[in-house]
Amino acid sequence: MAVVQEVAPARPAERPGFEIVPRRGLPAVAAVVVALVVSIAGNWPWALDFFHVVGGGMWTALDLFMGFVVGPVMRRLSVPARVELTTRLMPKMLLIMPTLVTMTLASGFQLARANGMLSGSYGRHGWVVASMVVVAVMAMVALALLQPANVAVLFELRRPQPDPAIVQALMRRFVYAAGVTGMMQVATLVIMTRLAT
Amino acid sequence: MSEPRVTELGMLSIGLVAAGVIDLAAYLPRRAPLLAPSLLLAAAAAVLAANLVQVARRPGFAWRRFVQVAGWTLVAYLVIAGMLEYTFLYDRTRGGVLAVMTGLLAVFTLNVPLLVGYTVARYERA
Repeated sequence: MAVVQEVAPARPAERPGFEIVPRRGLPAVAAVVVALVVSIAGNWPWALDFFHVVGGGMWTALDLFMGFVVGPVMRRLSVPARVELTTRLMPKMLLIMPTLVTMTLASGFQLARANGMLSGSYGRHGWVVASMVVVAVMAMVALALLQPANVAVLFELRRPQPDPAIVQALMRRFVYAAGVTGMMQVATLVIMTRLAT
Repeated sequence: MSEPRVTELGMLSIGLVAAGVIDLAAYLPRRAPLLAPSLLLAAAAAVLAANLVQVARRPGFAWRRFVQVAGWTLVAYLVIAGMLEYTFLYDRTRGGVLAVMTGLLAVFTLNVPLLVGYTVARYERA
């Protein structure tokens, strides 16, 4: 007896729904910002150290991980896998990265000011200025290339029919920008360990 | 018509702001000479204005999407800018230095929404 097997018609791969900015994370961001303002207002050395070391460590590690691990992995993924990773990872990065950067820079500036490291008479003032230049380069790349590409790719992926060429162009921009900030983070590690030694 | 160089000009404007801030910070806690940072502020503001004009003159631009994205980005960066301004005041920055720092901060705060809003809106289609 012949077995007749029905074959379901092929359906396009479904993309999970997602929020461009995950609103559930906003209270955590607000809590960090409030704690940071309180630490600056109270001028508490331990709290400022905590924000600078924890924020800086996480910022550096995430930039290096995104630039040198996730970026190259993403380039080799299939398009559906890349889309799924992007829609799950990138909205979280939109909250995490600006929070870490604000934590690190605001507390770092206060610490440098309190410890006299901003003063021209400080023995390693050149390294402090070098760290500011590195941060400036990272800010230019992150704010002009990385973050806009991140938001734009999420808007494109929310469409019923995303244009693969646009997604690819934006992701290429994102991956290269992440590589540049990764390299800048290596410079940051050298400068910060010089300052701490 | 070729694509306007909004991203490149935005990077230039942010770079000029950063140079101004570095120049001012390099003198702390002493009072910094204001000529160089004031010139950098003027240049950064001029580049930002030129960028805005470029975007405004782009035919068929998706203004609704631009306003939506740039508006929310502006809200987020106003929080960050507010915190930085608070830090300047807390550190007793006053007079000309405060005015230049605030100007640099304002240019920075306007650049980011412009760049994010433009990048999203340029790919918008009906």
